[in-house]
Amino acid sequence: MRRYVLKRLLISVVLLFFVSLIIYTIMRSIPTSYVETQARMLSQLPGAKSYSEWLAQLNETYGMDRGIIPGYFQWLKSAVRGDFGDSWQYNVPVTQKFTEVIWYSFVLGAIAFILEIGIAVPLGILAARKQYSRMDYGITVVALLGISLPVFFFATVLKLVFSVWLGWFPLYGTVGRFYELLDSFGRFLDLARHYFLPVLTLTIIGIGSLMRYTRTNMLEVLNADFIRTARAKGLSEKRVINYHAFRNTLIPLVTILGGSLPGLFAGALITETLFQIQGIGYTAYRAMVSGDIPFTMFYMVFMAVLTILGTLIADILYAVVDPRVRIN
Amino acid sequence: MDKDKMDKDRENRITEYTDIDNGLSDVQRVKVLSPGMLVVRRFLRNRLAIIGFIIILFMFLFSFIGGLITPYDETEVFRYIGSMSKEYVSVTINEEFRFTVAEGMAYDNATHARFILAKNQGESVFTHGGEAFHIIQEAEDFFRVVLSYPKARITYIRGIMGVTPLEDGLSYDEEFQNAIRQAIDGGQTSFIFGDEQYTLSRDGRDYVLGTTQDVAIESLLITDGVSSNKDLGFGFKLESEKALRADDSTSFVFEGNTYQIEEEENVASVYRLTGSGREQFALISPMAVQAVSRDVVLTIEFKTALEKAIADGETKFTYPDDAGNEIVYDINRINNVYTVKTETNTHLISMHEQPSSQHWLGTDKHGMDVLTRLMYGGRISLMIGFIVVLLETALGIIMGGLAGYFGKWVDMLIMRIVDVFFCIPFLPILIILGSVMDKLDVDPQLRIYYLMLILGIMSWPGIARMVRGQILSLREQEFMLAAEATGLSISRRIFKHLIPNVIPQLIVLATLGLGGVILYESTLSFLGLGVKFPFASWGNIISGVSTAYEMTNFWFVWIPAGLLILLTVLGFNFVGDGLRDAFDPKMKR
Repeated sequence: MRRYVLKRLLISVVLLFFVSLIIYTIMRSIPTSYVETQARMLSQLPGAKSYSEWLAQLNETYGMDRGIIPGYFQWLKSAVRGDFGDSWQYNVPVTQKFTEVIWYSFVLGAIAFILEIGIAVPLGILAARKQYSRMDYGITVVALLGISLPVFFFATVLKLVFSVWLGWFPLYGTVGRFYELLDSFGRFLDLARHYFLPVLTLTIIGIGSLMRYTRTNMLEVLNADFIRTARAKGLSEKRVINYHAFRNTLIPLVTILGGSLPGLFAGALITETLFQIQGIGYTAYRAMVSGDIPFTMFYMVFMAVLTILGTLIADILYAVVDPRVRIN
Repeated sequence: MDKDKMDKDRENRITEYTDIDNGLSDVQRVKVLSPGMLVVRRFLRNRLAIIGFIIILFMFLFSFIGGLITPYDETEVFRYIGSMSKEYVSVTINEEFRFTVAEGMAYDNATHARFILAKNQGESVFTHGGEAFHIIQEAEDFFRVVLSYPKARITYIRGIMGVTPLEDGLSYDEEFQNAIRQAIDGGQTSFIFGDEQYTLSRDGRDYVLGTTQDVAIESLLITDGVSSNKDLGFGFKLESEKALRADDSTSFVFEGNTYQIEEEENVASVYRLTGSGREQFALISPMAVQAVSRDVVLTIEFKTALEKAIADGETKFTYPDDAGNEIVYDINRINNVYTVKTETNTHLISMHEQPSSQHWLGTDKHGMDVLTRLMYGGRISLMIGFIVVLLETALGIIMGGLAGYFGKWVDMLIMRIVDVFFCIPFLPILIILGSVMDKLDVDPQLRIYYLMLILGIMSWPGIARMVRGQILSLREQEFMLAAEATGLSISRRIFKHLIPNVIPQLIVLATLGLGGVILYESTLSFLGLGVKFPFASWGNIISGVSTAYEMTNFWFVWIPAGLLILLTVLGFNFVGDGLRDAFDPKMKR
């Protein structure tokens, strides 16, 4: 087991190397507008060096004067030491900006995640128990609807209904105008009001796949021989479902849910952008669109790490939860 | 074991059929159904799948046939002639002296500046360009500027006056000398005797008497002629203004014609008397009236009416146009400038027009028909979806097939590439590539092709992984051993025996993938990084709706587009789901 994990980690490092190389190459193919703007600005200060001198100096500082490969290794060298440079868009060290915004995303993701589990798992089990019933069809349609909904459209509809027509929730932002004046309970309510619509969006969008996954696995378990045995033994239906079937459904569920734990830090790019929540997704979106190489590099590598961690956790959990699985 | 189950299935179905119809022929018919037919039957029995199929069929008809039927073009901009309150005339209260130069005389802006200086210092003579100009004040803020020709030198000491003519043959009679004496006693610098204007200027202790020639008049008033006779000439201006300001008379004679002046609140109309009556000839007022547009000619009647309205302090006045329609003009005052606005007809783009019988879903912010845009947008979205899926499937089959069949280092290499692709965050990389294309200013048409290419290259690993897994398990089965034993070539074994067994899963994945691609494309277009204007896509039709105002008021633009995306993706998901069930009845997901 330890050897397996070690091997997987080693492969992950190699993967990360190539992923970051590809992303660096793409980022470098953006015309370097930031450096040029910066050089133009600096050269216009009184007593400053000329534009071309500034440009050369800035290019050197950012490693833009070298080819893509040497530039990449320069980036890599400082990145492994934990130094990802200063964000061009936000003018602070990348890691500092990251620690500022990541918790907004985490809270958003975590609430939505818990709600998803709370809604999707029971409904999936219900659908499986009453296969081909009207309830089953209804749940399948809802699940497919959730999968098919374009996030931006759904979020806009929610805004229209709840913010514009009903006026219950604010359109944008994480805190209201008078946040600083409120007491702690008032602040909590204010935050809750701002988080309601984004959480609702994420939950509805994410519910579908989990619901279908639960249903499929539950069906598989319900068709297994040991369930027939349990029923033949004369156990009550309640006990068959809750004790024998559900526990076995948990194996794939725990695996996939454990695998999506790192994803809680990934942020929700579109949702955060539409609701202007200062999370990692929104921050990264603005950085990407403005060609901020340091921040984008960090964000992309961070996302790749999350993906790798997710699969790793899922695989390990699978082995831990289900003793029948043996990895060689 | 599989076969047993299928046989049992079939038997069950046969009994069902015989139970319903009790006919032996039905049993025969069911028996000859091919596996393919069975799949079709199972698919057709799935209600959701049929709904999905109908949705997709509708989308195709809507986009591809609809685009042909619609009378409008993808980028046809609709305009209408609407009235807009536009500035028509500006009126300025004149506070600067304006000059009119007599025919053949030299008097320019520099001379004018000298005059202003001299006037402000109270001098009666100023020189410019070596010439001495005499200022004769006719009335308040009304001056004549004249050249003076010395005719006589006058000594005047304690009431005793001596006149010495400067030219031979000149003599001045008693009456004239009295006039000079009167002028000197009154401290005047000019006087009129007979019809002549004379100047008196000091030269040391003596005076110099001169005859005059008019050079210019300087006045705050502005004289406008009727449109047929714009240029009134120096003489008329001098005479009319003199009559109005200096003499305070209501009529004067100029070049044989008699003119009448009617003054009302600083605005004076000059009429020329004709045999039958009188006609308006000129307008004298302290206001400068100018049309904002150069091609508008203002009639003197209009100016008169307007200036009277302004002088009366009104904010609105009506005046008939050429066709006799009464037109309302609004007068706004800012300091000394009045702007007169009126509703003018202009070509306007019909932006965000409400749904009507011509535009069933109204028009968008560019003034284009939303329904037509939706049709063309559907074409692009569906086309991108299909091409991307074809591309990713082809890539996936090739890579997955190679990996699965050859195994060893080929498999290792391809699977690591797949892993790398899985690690690259999908949406962020699309956003980055979109903004790269933005910065490189890629042509919108080319952009669509690049978008297809990027989406295809980014999404093949999923298919490759599935194909590889299937092939790995199929490879070990007996029929492949048999194929190898009969000595078939490798390519034949892969493409004739392995791939067909993967096709069901491929079709399912591709159908579900179509929905995914359309979602990604519309998301990108919504962010402004995918399909760009002037091309329509369902995503970019929605984009730009962010404020509450746009959301509520332009619902007819974005709600239909969003519903179309939702329905199409839902349709593909329904069909994909139904296909999966149909191909693999024991795994009802």
